[in-house]
Amino acid sequence: MDTCIQKIREIAGDLLEKGEVERVIGFAEGSIPMATSPVAISTKEDAQKLCFSSTCGLNLANYASKEKGKKIAVVAKGCDSRNLVTHIVENQIDRDNLYIIGVPCPGMVDKFKIAAEMGGEITGFEEAGDTLIVSTVDDKKELNKQDYLRHNCSLCTHKNPVLFDVLVGEEVEEQQLDNAYPDVDAIEALTADGRWKHFEELTQNCIRCYACRNACPLCYCPTCFVDESGPQWVGKGQDKTDVDTFHFLRAFHCAGRCTDCGACVEACPMGINVRDFTRKLNKDAQDMFGWEAGLTIDKRPPLDAYSPDDPNDFIK
Amino acid sequence: MKFITIDKKDWAKGIDKSRGTYQLFGPVTDINGCQIKALDADVQPEMEYTDSVLSAKSVLFPQSEKILVTSLNEADDDHHIMKRADGDYTPRAVIGIRPYDARAIQLVKMNFDTEDYRDPYWCDAYEATTFVGLAINKPGPLDFSTSTGTGPFSEDGLDILLADMDDKFLAKVLTPKGEAYAAACGFNTEADAKESQVLFDVMRKDAEKTISSSVETDKLKDKTILDLYEAPFWDDVAFSCINCGTCTYVCPTCWCFDIQDENKLKASSRFRNWDTCMSPLFTRHATGHNPRGEKTMRVRQRFMHKLKYFLDKYDSGIMCVGCGRCVKSCPVNIDIRQVCETMNNYEKKE
Ligand code: SF4
Ligand code: SF4
Ligand code: SF4
Ligand code: SF4
Repeated sequence: MDTCIQKIREIAGDLLEKGEVERVIGFAEGSIPMATSPVAISTKEDAQKLCFSSTCGLNLANYASKEKGKKIAVVAKGCDSRNLVTHIVENQIDRDNLYIIGVPCPGMVDKFKIAAEMGGEITGFEEAGDTLIVSTVDDKKELNKQDYLRHNCSLCTHKNPVLFDVLVGEEVEEQQLDNAYPDVDAIEALTADGRWKHFEELTQNCIRCYACRNACPLCYCPTCFVDESGPQWVGKGQDKTDVDTFHFLRAFHCAGRCTDCGACVEACPMGINVRDFTRKLNKDAQDMFGWEAGLTIDKRPPLDAYSPDDPNDFIK
Repeated sequence: MKFITIDKKDWAKGIDKSRGTYQLFGPVTDINGCQIKALDADVQPEMEYTDSVLSAKSVLFPQSEKILVTSLNEADDDHHIMKRADGDYTPRAVIGIRPYDARAIQLVKMNFDTEDYRDPYWCDAYEATTFVGLAINKPGPLDFSTSTGTGPFSEDGLDILLADMDDKFLAKVLTPKGEAYAAACGFNTEADAKESQVLFDVMRKDAEKTISSSVETDKLKDKTILDLYEAPFWDDVAFSCINCGTCTYVCPTCWCFDIQDENKLKASSRFRNWDTCMSPLFTRHATGHNPRGEKTMRVRQRFMHKLKYFLDKYDSGIMCVGCGRCVKSCPVNIDIRQVCETMNNYEKKE
């Protein structure tokens, strides 16, 4: 991983020095174990702050789209690159203003799972290849990273950036999956009551902080439907109907656009797997349209395109 | 003030006994981690938790609270006249509250209970509540409470402070409210006060020694508000912030709320919901103008409020008790300890 960090810093420093971009958006080391922080670098010296590890779980495409009109470079994992593609297709970013520093992704770790395994507060976290060395005040364990990958990363088939200007490492091997949606299948197999119960329990402790929405690159509406007050679409309190309405509608707004980057789950303070909502729609997009979001800038997503060969009659 | 010992074998029985007169709140863990919640009749407070994701503030200040009600039916005499909603202010006790959370409630009280204004909902709940604290023998790595005027054995705001001594709790009963609660549990084995205090002091020192995290706040007071407000570092501090409300929702001292009306047929209710200065909606005017329209302004507000405005206004230190929750839960790792250091050390360049 060190050579990859070295490369990121060199490329970023170079781009800034030559004035090819105004800012480089990447990750910086955090102040506590297993934390990293998105950062915007604007000088060659500061490029030394850039880092990369298995704890860079947020999606930087979310930051890129907020730098409208500026020439920027972005450090992008497989999923970030797919969201950059989505942004380009949805006219949120101009490809000409964007330099993509692609990182073939080693997969990100599930911080909740590691914390649960360790029991106490984590005081140290190091990586040596596929070994995670994690400590608490009175314990130290070596964990196999593959067992602690985030759920979305364990099912990821696009670890290599799909669009980039430079790659900072050798491409990694992509896995072939027999079934990309075992979790969705399991929920679908439940009875209607069982499914309802599943989703009721999933969001029972949601505090509506909207970290999931705000961490999501797709959620760039100037005013989100939950924040709209005239008309007000949804109540703002903790009434379960309102909480659920937020989750259902947000998921639908991501249909055919979500790349399953996992930033929503990464950001949630309550450890709620909101991907249970979005993944069903990803699967539908796959089954109905053969579509995976963010793979190419040459095609429009199925839900914002009209085709004369549409199999549905109602639209003709 | 007296000390009592409570054999852990008798603990659950005593807690159950108190349910006759008290509604209980305490730490419980579910799939989303540990939270302080109302305890169902068959649920005991978990007395061995490390930390709760959310603080105990919701015991007095629920995330959504119905405050006023009225009828919209014009046939009713008092239609459209708002009246206070029914609330349950019978005695309640929060068991196992962290000392820093109890201190935080005292800070929140400065806002909800002033000479000029008394927030009836919060104050009535406060008066109904007995705070049974659990001292922290082994503070976590993010606990910096000793540098914020509290600490793992702080008694501020508590009615009882329990110290975990393996097979028993040693309880320091601090107020008449605490005495009444201990009596309701049937906990009455008095311990020698002098010896117990010595024990408490030893345990407190041991616990405080293990705290490795801290903030310096000594120079904040002498800085002028405008110098800090106009300081050049805010854009950098704010860059990564996604303006979720997480830091403020998990914070025991954040007290802001929003007012919302909800109608159902001919009944109307007014609610207050937690609000967050990190949201653009917080300050958006009806005209559409937003005096804190940029992310940087909102991030600055949070830290200026906690570390400067509050300090200047109340002269009771900063509006942070060092629980470390925001440090842990912020998805982008904006760390109040670092921001505090930046502010504390900032010197304006002439
Ligand atoms: S989803 Fe794929 S590309 Fe994204 S972080 Fe996980 S493994 Fe990497
Ligand atoms: S981040 Fe988690 S707690 Fe916050 S709104 Fe989303 S699901 Fe709810
Ligand atoms: S500081 Fe962190 S927790 Fe607070 S609003 Fe910003 S991103 Fe969310
Ligand atoms: S500001 Fe952060 S550390 Fe301070 S009391 Fe609030 S949540 Fe705890």
